[in-house]
Amino acid sequence: MGPAPAIEVRGLSHSYGERRALDGVEFSVEAGTIFGLLGPNGGGKTTLFRLLSTLLPIQAGQARVLGLDLARESNEVRKHIGVTFQSPSIDPKLTVGENLKYQGQIYGLFGAALRQRIDLLAEKLGLKERLGERAETLSGGLKRRVEIAKGLLHRPQLLLLDEPSTGLDPGARHDLWRYLRGLREEDGVTVLVTTHLMEEAERCDTLGILDHGRLIALDTPLALRTKLGDDYVTVQCDDPDELSQRIHERFGVTPQKIGGALRIGKSRGHEFVRDLVEAFPVEVKTVSLGKPTLEDVFIERTGHRFWDEEPQ
Amino acid sequence: MTTTAARLAEARNPPSAGDARGVAAPSVGFWLPAWSLASRELVRFFRQRTRVVGALGQPFIFWVLFGAGLGGTFRAPAWAPPGMSYQEYFLPGVAVLIVLFTAIFSTISIIEDRREGFLQAVLVAPLPRASLVMGKVMGGTALAVIQAALFLLLGPLLWLVGLSPHMSLSVSAVDVLGILAFLVLQGFALTALGYVMAWPLDSTQGYHALMSVLLMPMWLLSGAFFPVPESGWLAWVMRVNPLTYGVVGLQRILFAHAEQAAGTGSASAQAGLPSIATCLAVTALFCVVAFAAAVWLTGRRSVRNAR
Repeated sequence: MGPAPAIEVRGLSHSYGERRALDGVEFSVEAGTIFGLLGPNGGGKTTLFRLLSTLLPIQAGQARVLGLDLARESNEVRKHIGVTFQSPSIDPKLTVGENLKYQGQIYGLFGAALRQRIDLLAEKLGLKERLGERAETLSGGLKRRVEIAKGLLHRPQLLLLDEPSTGLDPGARHDLWRYLRGLREEDGVTVLVTTHLMEEAERCDTLGILDHGRLIALDTPLALRTKLGDDYVTVQCDDPDELSQRIHERFGVTPQKIGGALRIGKSRGHEFVRDLVEAFPVEVKTVSLGKPTLEDVFIERTGHRFWDEEPQ
Repeated sequence: MTTTAARLAEARNPPSAGDARGVAAPSVGFWLPAWSLASRELVRFFRQRTRVVGALGQPFIFWVLFGAGLGGTFRAPAWAPPGMSYQEYFLPGVAVLIVLFTAIFSTISIIEDRREGFLQAVLVAPLPRASLVMGKVMGGTALAVIQAALFLLLGPLLWLVGLSPHMSLSVSAVDVLGILAFLVLQGFALTALGYVMAWPLDSTQGYHALMSVLLMPMWLLSGAFFPVPESGWLAWVMRVNPLTYGVVGLQRILFAHAEQAAGTGSASAQAGLPSIATCLAVTALFCVVAFAAAVWLTGRRSVRNAR
């Protein structure tokens, strides 16, 4: 038997009035790993996040966090988890140092121990020069770092982050992930992040994909992609409906229509590209061959596009 | 980078797998988080200069303008020393108005904290919910008492520049303690009441509505603005209003000396005004009830706590 899982969720459901936001979700997160929850907006990630962070009451199902029952021992759970919300929780009128001080105090830290902790995290997160500055004057990336420092002050064993890279430029996003991996490797902290970015989901050790409140896939990003096995051929054309019909007649495969393009999962994709271009030299404008992405995994499992309900 | 990383690793206890059972988590305690949240209120208040100016300036303006405008039509109550001017009568009422406004402003920030996201970080922290309420209420009370006491101290001095009548207030050290006690209790009760009203709301507009139909009439009908009549429906409404007892308590202490000098001391009892002991007891009960309601509301986990 391995170590106890950091999070264990069974049959977890949640409704807002009539609307069911989570529907019988089951998974567990191994301690010391980075777990990602991927899904489109409205897929249920934020509801799950709020349940795990003790903001919402458990309506149906069970959830254990660090071996504690989330419904009955929520106050004990709160001592051991660090939470970073998508919306900022720092007080803009206070300085960075004051924000960290008050945060530490509501977790029961004070005096020299708290000061040391603030100094350490400020140095680690590159906030040392900013401690005296008003939070409202900071850039988005720096604010996010303050949020993370807030979540880590009390040495949580589990860090929950809701859409942590919202509003971050690519450089800051890269730094954030380097830091999260450092936390896991050096300190054995378990990290759970929610995201709607495929690129971010790729960086997780394990990935759960949520759609319409149900967990539709759960594995490592690599395994999820290789399970699809095939190559993916994407065809740009003028009339996707007509070409789709003709490809079906000729090759016996059903392409998926994605915007103005067709996408076909096929083993030995390079041969298929050759056949396709020979068969429809006029209709096919451009063609590309690639390995399956997480978006393909999503389409495969749900039958609809990741952004179907919320066009970008 | 590696040195800081190593230091961070050193400073941290290696977490034991994924199990928090058996890991001794220190109790967060009650007063430290409460103190912390209260001091945040104070820091925020003094950092917003317009708030400081508005909070101190407005009551003085009210006092002088109403005092000048209504002075002519004022009939002093039976218990009052002869020749009491309206402005003099109005002095403790304005102090209570300051307490009320401060309580409103401190609790309106609950709605802002909710909107800005600060509150949800507090709600996922392991502090007792009563400690959260206590922090907010202590912060509001401290601000209210500081401002009201400053007003009571400086208001009568306006006489020197002709903006107020000469008042023969003379208070002993015990009276000062009594005044402070009433200010503290009223500040506590009104901030807790404001908390109860602000907690379920998500817009400050909603709070303004409640303020005009509930909090302002409560002050108007407390004896702060005009004396409690001896009979009639108004008399009953004012007797049911818990704020009346705080106002009467302050009036009794402030004007006791003048009453005795004028020989009208026993008249206040005849006029049906509650005794100091009753005033204290009702105001203290007001505190307890409002605080308990605030703690109860905060303890419920609901969708509204997440944003």
